[in-house]
Amino acid sequence: MREGRSASFYWLAVVFGLYLVFLYGPMFVIFVLSFQGPTGGLTFPMNGVSLHWFERLFSGGGTVDLGSAFRRSLMLGLVVMVLTVILSTMAGLAFRRRFTGQTLLFYVAIASLIVPSIITSLGIALQFRLVDEGVKAFLPDWMTENFTTSLGLFTSGLGAHLTWTLPFGLLIMFAIFNRFDKRLEEAARDLGATPWQTFRFVLLPMILPSLVGVGLFGFTLSWDEIARSSQTIGADETLPIELRALTTTVTTPEIYALGTATTAVSMLIIILALVVMLVLRARQARHGSDAGQGAV
Amino acid sequence: MADQIVAARGRSKVPKVAATRRPWAISAQLQAAPLALVFIVFFVIPLGIIVLVSFLDYNDYAILPTLTTRSYTETFEGCIDQLPDVCTILKTYATTAQFCFAVWLLTLIIGFTISYFLAFHIRSTTTQIVLGLLCTIPFWTSNVIRMISWIPLLGRNGLINQILMGAHIISTPIEWLLFSDFSVMLAFVHLFTFFMVVPILNSMLRIDRSLLEAAFDAGASGWQTLWHIVVPLTKPGIVIGSIFVVTIVMGDFITFGVMGGQQIASAGKIIETRLNALQFPPAAANAVILLAVTLVVISLLTRLVDIRKEL
Repeated sequence: MREGRSASFYWLAVVFGLYLVFLYGPMFVIFVLSFQGPTGGLTFPMNGVSLHWFERLFSGGGTVDLGSAFRRSLMLGLVVMVLTVILSTMAGLAFRRRFTGQTLLFYVAIASLIVPSIITSLGIALQFRLVDEGVKAFLPDWMTENFTTSLGLFTSGLGAHLTWTLPFGLLIMFAIFNRFDKRLEEAARDLGATPWQTFRFVLLPMILPSLVGVGLFGFTLSWDEIARSSQTIGADETLPIELRALTTTVTTPEIYALGTATTAVSMLIIILALVVMLVLRARQARHGSDAGQGAV
Repeated sequence: MADQIVAARGRSKVPKVAATRRPWAISAQLQAAPLALVFIVFFVIPLGIIVLVSFLDYNDYAILPTLTTRSYTETFEGCIDQLPDVCTILKTYATTAQFCFAVWLLTLIIGFTISYFLAFHIRSTTTQIVLGLLCTIPFWTSNVIRMISWIPLLGRNGLINQILMGAHIISTPIEWLLFSDFSVMLAFVHLFTFFMVVPILNSMLRIDRSLLEAAFDAGASGWQTLWHIVVPLTKPGIVIGSIFVVTIVMGDFITFGVMGGQQIASAGKIIETRLNALQFPPAAANAVILLAVTLVVISLLTRLVDIRKEL
């Protein structure tokens, strides 16, 4: 807009740099400290460099059985990811047309995003307790013999996570379809494509990179979720809940090793998703246009 | 122009075509149904149950099927008798509100500055995306990890105390750095400035650059442009970011717990404490109160802007 850099640019650049240090600095510190030597503590100085705390973590010799918490979190995250992508895509398509209750559904989704998590979590927990009571009271004894609770990872826990990931998914879908050129679908329809063909061969390839983004959101939001999990997961706890419990009991760098390990998983998923997105975009660029390739 | 005509014609045709050629047209409802179902089963009904349970009686072992306002009266116990002293719940809400306000102000100032830099000072779109991503990535990792990452810095034997003592600026470690109001605030700003940056940046990127040029040509100073053009046009982003930050801090119990050393009472913490004691009706009553307060705050904020229009 104006020629050259103004003085405010340099001030703001410094502020931005400081903000990044503030964001990443502490995380870098625990990354470094997780490589403490076996005799090292929670703070500097480093007493040697080793993988001791990672070994302890993965051998299960540490405080808790993190292996199964890890697997549970991973499974739940994957299921949440798939459901978030499917349900948000369907709802995103629906919201492009008019239907009864549209505005209400939109506001419920927004409400689900901003009602404090502990309230949602408590509500679901109470609901499943009622279901338990109902099951015990009304079903015959032989069916309820081994029944303890319907609260669980893939019942109440899954539902709780979806109330958190779906609003984000829906909002991303709005952003996607706001930029979408409807004439492409109309062209497909005019050429005689069925609705399914229009979706499968025109719409889906175009929105696929963004759907990877929705999936990424779904997985990482579930992977790191605590507040909504706190009352709804039942006995089989997820990794973040274990981690939160550990903050009050564990006083060794093992907790930093755990922090580094789970952060690594998050990063891996982000990088993976970005790579897939880039590959899909590149593919679109290659196949998307037939300009200059015509028979004429 | 031609585009608009085509678009307008296309739009006017849709209902007719939909009725005759598109069997899917009736199924918009069906397409939205699974999402709606999840929200009904896991959000709307649970909220209803919270309200119901908040009016039930209880004893040490179970919820009793008798209607009572006991949970509410006990929650507000002493609020009138103790006057002019403030009762526990009002004190807790006052503390929470103070944190809320301070965190809101800090995240707003930082978030606005960062967004302003990215939107108006970075010229290449690629750099904008890369720097934007840099601000976003930490959001993808666990909040608890980002909280505990302050411990080696702020603790009694932490880096900051070590450096200050090493430089002989202080002789005994500063105690209030960790497990204090300060560390809670720091963690909130660290964790949630993201929620300000994203909507504000989004609003700023939509501002037509020619408006700024016009202001410059008309002789406006940098501050005048900022205050009379950028801030009003960024208002929707500011409001959306504020809604996020305020509701997060209002309902939070984890950050207050971990960073406050389990010492600071907050609105969310009351609910958690009741839950740990398996006292469901009072927990539910407190949830209803928190929900009511949150809704009032949000409705005040949404007076300022129509969220639906901004998407």
